[in-house]
Amino acid sequence: MNWLEIAITLAEILVVANALMIGVSIMTWIERRLSGMIQFRWGPNRVGPFGLFQPLADGIKFLMKEDIIPAEAHKPIFVLAPALSLVTALCAFAVVPFGPTVEIAGRTIDLVILDLDGGLLFGLAAASLGVYGIVCAGWSSRSKYALMGGLRASAQMVSYELALALSLIGVVLLSGTLRPVAIVEQQAGWFWNWNVFGGWQILGFLVFLVAGFAETNRLPFDLPEAESELVAGYHTEYSAMKFSMFVMAEYIAMITVSAMATTLFFGGYQLGFPVPLEGWPLAILQVCAFLAKLSAFLVLFVWVRWTLPRFRYDQLMDLGWKRLLPLGLINVIVTGALVAFDLLGN
Amino acid sequence: MELVAFVILTALAVVSAGVVLLHRSPVVAALSLAANLIAVAGFYLLLNAQFLALLQVIVYAGAIMVLVLFVIMLLNLPEEARRHDRPSAQSVLGMALAVVFVAVLGWALARASSGQEFPPSSPTFGSVGSVGTALFTTFFYPFEAVSLLLVVAMIGAVLLAKRRI
Repeated sequence: MNWLEIAITLAEILVVANALMIGVSIMTWIERRLSGMIQFRWGPNRVGPFGLFQPLADGIKFLMKEDIIPAEAHKPIFVLAPALSLVTALCAFAVVPFGPTVEIAGRTIDLVILDLDGGLLFGLAAASLGVYGIVCAGWSSRSKYALMGGLRASAQMVSYELALALSLIGVVLLSGTLRPVAIVEQQAGWFWNWNVFGGWQILGFLVFLVAGFAETNRLPFDLPEAESELVAGYHTEYSAMKFSMFVMAEYIAMITVSAMATTLFFGGYQLGFPVPLEGWPLAILQVCAFLAKLSAFLVLFVWVRWTLPRFRYDQLMDLGWKRLLPLGLINVIVTGALVAFDLLGN
Repeated sequence: MELVAFVILTALAVVSAGVVLLHRSPVVAALSLAANLIAVAGFYLLLNAQFLALLQVIVYAGAIMVLVLFVIMLLNLPEEARRHDRPSAQSVLGMALAVVFVAVLGWALARASSGQEFPPSSPTFGSVGSVGTALFTTFFYPFEAVSLLLVVAMIGAVLLAKRRI
């Protein structure tokens, strides 16, 4: 690896990390406006046109607020926890291919930060480490509400990780690789080549989606921060920028799960129909297609949040272990049979 | 580059292992054990064993240590009090065995690295495909035996936890 390659990778990291942060601020605006629409109210509409500058105002507010560390808290871990949350959330996005291979000044550049042979596993590993931020926050706050939130988060994440990983195995069986880039390339052409249609992965996709909601702690699975019982759960004691880092981590995790769903089941950056274009125009169109699919999933996340009520804790565990896990296994067996007997017609 | 990574990982591994042993708070010890496991995964990466490194992070750091933390937090274990009593027979024996272990390890290392050249690994070494192929061809029976062992352990755990089924 020479210096130029390192510089290119660094530039990609810079672009993607900033895009994620901008995406987060846009998502907070969309979430608040959309929840307003769903609940027949306005939502933030005062700062700038349509309230578009609200995230900016929120950012300034978070920076100016007093940063309170409880006297009884375990200080090093209390400070470490939000950073841990944010870093692991950012890491997981590294293996998502957001565009095709492009050519700049005679060099081919893959529009993915980390093109790993076991890329899917890397994403899972980063997601599984994400729980440490929440657990550390819950424990180091020395508050019973935060501790309960941390406990719930650890049990929930470990349970739903299994279903999440099982739902990916169908896609892996179909494509014969764990490299996200290769998985996307195999879904080229018409949209019926996408894994969710052409590979009969509808069940796998649904299991992935539900487990993904649980992994990101979004409603209806936001038991770790259930307001009605735990005040604010694991981040009860956090204020100012540290609190906002947890929020950012949650939104980035949401974006990553959406990106993974797009990549694995809905053709990633593939357009879904052939176009008479090539080179740069095609690449730009494909990046736009990726962003469009991603946004659709993000809107779904918000929509579900303001539609479904929260599960009870035993219902959550029942759903994870007694429903999703068997469904995931069925999906693996059916997909395995389809692949083994070559019944997919291609 | 590789040397820099090795030094950083070694420092992380040694320091976190020390914290695991010496820190009095069980949660801090568990967290540094997780850091230690991640550092070891880094060593696997340096040795080209990508698949092993990722599994180490997913299984040990991501699942097992989270469960350990869960149990520690659920029981709300207090910090250990400093003890000044005399070393027990068990700890003396343990220390002696540790010294013997280090000696054996050093001896094996000295023997292995005396002017021997290691053959270069193949380019697919440690990739998901090659590990999978090895598991399902060369090591098929040991692999299945291990999975049977895990099932037995799981049934045993359920039986112990639930006396009346």
